[in-house]
Amino acid sequence: MKYIDEFRCGELAAGLAAAMRRDANPEREYRFMEFCGGHTHAISRYGIADLLPPNVQMIHGPGCPVCVLPIGRIDQAIRLAREQGAILATYADTLRVPASQRLTLLRAKAQGADIRMVYSTSDALSIARANPDREVVFLAIGFETTTPPTAVAVLTAAALDLRNFSILCNHVLTPAAMHAILSAPQGVPLDGFVGPAHVSTVIGSAPYEPFADDYGKPVVIAGFEPLDVMRAVHMLIAQVNDGRAVVENEFTRAVTRAGNLRAQALVAEVFELRESFEWRGLGTIPASALRLRAPFARFDAERRFTVPYKAVADNKACACGEILRGEKRPQDCKIFGTVCTPENPIGSCMVSSEGACAAHYTFGRFREAAA
Amino acid sequence: MNAQYSRPLDVKHGHVDLSHGSGGRAMAQLIEELFARELTNDFLAQGDDGARLADPRGRLVMATDAHVVSPLFFPGGDIGCLSVHGTINDVAVMGAKPLYLAASFILEEGYPLAELARIVASMARAARAARVPVVTGDTKVVERGKADGVFITTTGVGVLREGIDCSGARARPGDAILLSGSIGEHGMAIMSLRENLAFDAPIVSDTAALHELIGALLDAVPQLRTMRDPTRGGVATTLNEIARQSGVGMLIDEAAIRVQPPVEAACELLGLDPLYVANEGKLIVICPPEHADAALAALHAHPLGRAASLLGYVHADARHFVQMQTRLGGRRIVDWLSGEQLPRIC
Repeated sequence: MKYIDEFRCGELAAGLAAAMRRDANPEREYRFMEFCGGHTHAISRYGIADLLPPNVQMIHGPGCPVCVLPIGRIDQAIRLAREQGAILATYADTLRVPASQRLTLLRAKAQGADIRMVYSTSDALSIARANPDREVVFLAIGFETTTPPTAVAVLTAAALDLRNFSILCNHVLTPAAMHAILSAPQGVPLDGFVGPAHVSTVIGSAPYEPFADDYGKPVVIAGFEPLDVMRAVHMLIAQVNDGRAVVENEFTRAVTRAGNLRAQALVAEVFELRESFEWRGLGTIPASALRLRAPFARFDAERRFTVPYKAVADNKACACGEILRGEKRPQDCKIFGTVCTPENPIGSCMVSSEGACAAHYTFGRFREAAA
Repeated sequence: MNAQYSRPLDVKHGHVDLSHGSGGRAMAQLIEELFARELTNDFLAQGDDGARLADPRGRLVMATDAHVVSPLFFPGGDIGCLSVHGTINDVAVMGAKPLYLAASFILEEGYPLAELARIVASMARAARAARVPVVTGDTKVVERGKADGVFITTTGVGVLREGIDCSGARARPGDAILLSGSIGEHGMAIMSLRENLAFDAPIVSDTAALHELIGALLDAVPQLRTMRDPTRGGVATTLNEIARQSGVGMLIDEAAIRVQPPVEAACELLGLDPLYVANEGKLIVICPPEHADAALAALHAHPLGRAASLLGYVHADARHFVQMQTRLGGRRIVDWLSGEQLPRIC
């Protein structure tokens, strides 16, 4: 298929793999973090690890919206549906995220909560319009990519004067998470980042410049196709070899330095920074998430209903925290693939196809079997 | 028309009501004027509770399949022909010649008789084309909201071909894995009709009866080890089932998998992997490697197998992984489907 095959071409991949083997210095290790779950998925799905030089290691980052959602947030969503009788509209990815009391949204739905899967925020608005006598709450999750559609939904609801629509806002910010990883006291040693694809189409490449300038870490923004990822890794190898640390853009077909100004304006109109937000794995990070501005307070489920956020500790055996910080690989977790599987996920990283554990379990676990 | 009913069934404007399932005159009329008229054959004409069948002269194979597809009508077919094809295929992949079908209908109160007539006509056409008659049946009506229009369960009986021993447990290291054509059409045809999703590109379900293709294949290569139609869960799920049942591993080649461009585009858009999308007219065949060329030639010679390809090979693997060589040049697992990719697809 046009515009797809070009980015998945085996011949070009072989050429890039040879160039990386030629350029990677055998005297050293290269440790790069792909921030985004989309990249983690691509690396696993296309078997890119087989094409990288052996001394280039990819470390999976926390850029999976479902993975960083703490248990307490899913609990809130379940309470909205169960105790407030709301219709909870959600993207399908969140349905199997473990919550308290062995619940998930899927199990709460089976027990009678009105939880509906939607493909877009406009689906959620349609549900609200079709059920004027019911409260409809959209579980808004995701990084900067999914925030503008939520902003549009809130503005549309305001324009239509929809009285029964609100959002449970869990939108989080990529640069804040990257700062948290780099400033962690016993953080994982990194030689650079493969920068986000879709997030960067919205925020542009400029927000990554402090990581190059202040932390000395190369950043190469890459698309989600396998050749994008391989080319970005090649560019990172070159920066490391040259002793450079700059933001480079491999994904020039979609990302500019300034990003999508219209989307940014929509987000700025509707949302403001939260003082702090708890992330699964990364802990509470200041100024790392968004909430609705005061004029839109009536669309904020946390202000509209009494469902206070309560932090809940992760399962002790689950290593999602270390995995999200890049300190452990999925296969280093004691319960990976035994107690914790995609059918029965204990930690959030085993839930989404973008999660490091799910990607490794689904696509890559034959490597341990062979070892 | 039977003279005992004062008025003919109003197929054009009427609706299913609870009396159609009550066992009374209205039910008898529905069966006579709608079902029996379309599905007509000597067995149904007996009018008894069951059908007396001829001595099959061989080992019997029996399979049953419930159909709850939503929507009931889709490009390339409907629940009627799907319920015929699905069960014929389940009998045929056992290495049997399908002989008879039984059909049981669960109808929702209020369902338009005109649509029911279309479904039954489509079922009758499919059964006639396949030369596998529906010899007995049953109808129940449930209150509005307790079903979704029409559910159809079909059961098929066939006779095993002499000397054929096909099973999901017979794949052996070294065996070749063949696939009869492009994948994902049925699932994406359904998906393209689901609420809130509309694609311009027409994706037509591949629903088809495979018994003639299978007959030709068995004529050419009676040594086949395994046949299976990759329906729900797609090719990936079927390969994993066989790998587990046979206690083997598999390595398939992504380049040998054919996906029609509209299916590929729709899958890209929705983030679905065509390997996990349902098919209703495709066949996976496993055979000893020395017979792979003959099997492929037999598939290619039939219209339903024209795009058949050699997908890969079986190997020894205690963990029963299905692995795939990617077009990019890497390797990955093709795992069991986890969760539900597309509900109510068949």
